[in-house]
Amino acid sequence: MDHFLNLITTQGESTFGSLWPLVWALVRIVIIVLPMFACVAYLTLWERKLIGWMHIRLGPNRVGPLGLLQPIADALKLLMKEIISPAQSSKVLFFIAPIMVIMPAFAAWAVIPFQAKMVLADVNAGLLYIMAISSISVYGVILAGWSSNSKYPFLGAMRASAQMISYEIAMGFALVTVLLTSGSLNLSTIVASQEQGFFADMGLNFLSWNWLPLLPMFLIYFISGVAETNRHPFDVVEGESEIVAGHMVEYSGMSFAMFFLAEYANMILIAAVASIMFLGGWLPIVDFPILRDIPGFFWLFAKTFFLLSCVIWLRATLPRYRYDQIMRLGWKIFIPISVFWVVVVGAWVVSPWNIWK
Amino acid sequence: MMFKKISQFLDSLMLKDILTGMSITGRYLFKPKITVQYPEEKTPLSPRFRGLHALRRYENGEERCIGCKLCEAVCPAYAITIETAEREDGTRRTSRYDIDLTKCIFCGFCEEACPVDAIVETNIFEYFGDKRGDLYFTKDMLLAVGDKYEKEIAASRAADAPYR
Repeated sequence: MDHFLNLITTQGESTFGSLWPLVWALVRIVIIVLPMFACVAYLTLWERKLIGWMHIRLGPNRVGPLGLLQPIADALKLLMKEIISPAQSSKVLFFIAPIMVIMPAFAAWAVIPFQAKMVLADVNAGLLYIMAISSISVYGVILAGWSSNSKYPFLGAMRASAQMISYEIAMGFALVTVLLTSGSLNLSTIVASQEQGFFADMGLNFLSWNWLPLLPMFLIYFISGVAETNRHPFDVVEGESEIVAGHMVEYSGMSFAMFFLAEYANMILIAAVASIMFLGGWLPIVDFPILRDIPGFFWLFAKTFFLLSCVIWLRATLPRYRYDQIMRLGWKIFIPISVFWVVVVGAWVVSPWNIWK
Repeated sequence: MMFKKISQFLDSLMLKDILTGMSITGRYLFKPKITVQYPEEKTPLSPRFRGLHALRRYENGEERCIGCKLCEAVCPAYAITIETAEREDGTRRTSRYDIDLTKCIFCGFCEEACPVDAIVETNIFEYFGDKRGDLYFTKDMLLAVGDKYEKEIAASRAADAPYR
């Protein structure tokens, strides 16, 4: 692998000269983003299949074998539809909004480590970057609601932005506890710090990951992530019976599909960050020779897939929360608990019983 | 009272209700699926199923309908229109027997009212019309349906006979 990379680097430097770092970065971006699109498309299929099975139905199975071509058919349908812009909308903002929603969802992948040393940008403030850039998508939602110049999108955008901002606080505190234990903002270091500990020395890696000592924060992070991406049971943003589709009401065709893609891309991102922060990222479940040989990105994929399936499982199980209940949960329960737990973990780290040294 | 409140608080803190619900949906995930894949698989139909109408004939080819207009009278949706005339052999027959299937509510009263079992409802439900007029069935069309599906019609009448 290293030999192959060296070969590419020398070849590239001789062909592109000083432009090579730029070209190489672009190539790696494409290598990350294209599979992301495929994952997003097939996540929609997996969601429909899994929910179907939980309803003792079969789910989509008509387009292609086992319905595997269904996402492609959906994408084609949306591509061919007309993009309508409302007469009274502010056109520029109206079309920038979906781009502003989908861009951060993909941009955040720049710092996600797929494996040891396999990361697009190994920056030391990686976690800060993720939290900053995932907050930008709120602007897209507000712009969409405002520029549509219509009541339901506006109300939906208000709901969405209030919800996303309130849950970001609890999410931030949950990540701060991880920072306390690992002592780094670099995602690769955070994963590596989960490799050691009492259980990891015995070969039981999965008991040394952050989820067990920080279980309440893991749950808070996961549930806040569900709320942050406006997924069920916190999807009042697009509660059909109340405000149709929220900020997406006036969108059609591909601009609607962008919001749709962004929702699923955000889901994948939240699940990936959760598996890096709490489930040991690319580390194998137990320290066993055969499992060690499996490439790291497979483990990250498996953990992300498991968390995504849990999100879909929640959707199949729970009815929608009322809006005031969502706000109550966020402000009166999650934020106090997470603040309290930050103090507890902080005290734990400086105490003699610190297990993260 | 206090104890109940505390236990409720602990239950909600431990996500007890959510986990109970998720265990139920999780169990249903592995249950055999009950989907009927319609065009290939079909659900069984009762012999009393009320689908497309048909006019029947006797075995010698004589049409059963005697133009008594009981079905027209009982029809709650006024979907049936009948005109009668005397035939050359002196018997009374219908000169017009139309059912507007866009009005029909498939209640089966016409079938019940008929003294000679002429108008019946078959098991056919997979039919369609491109235009509204396509679902206006005239006497010839109804007789044609009856001729084509006489075997099935007779079989379902026989199956239901013991319960009448």
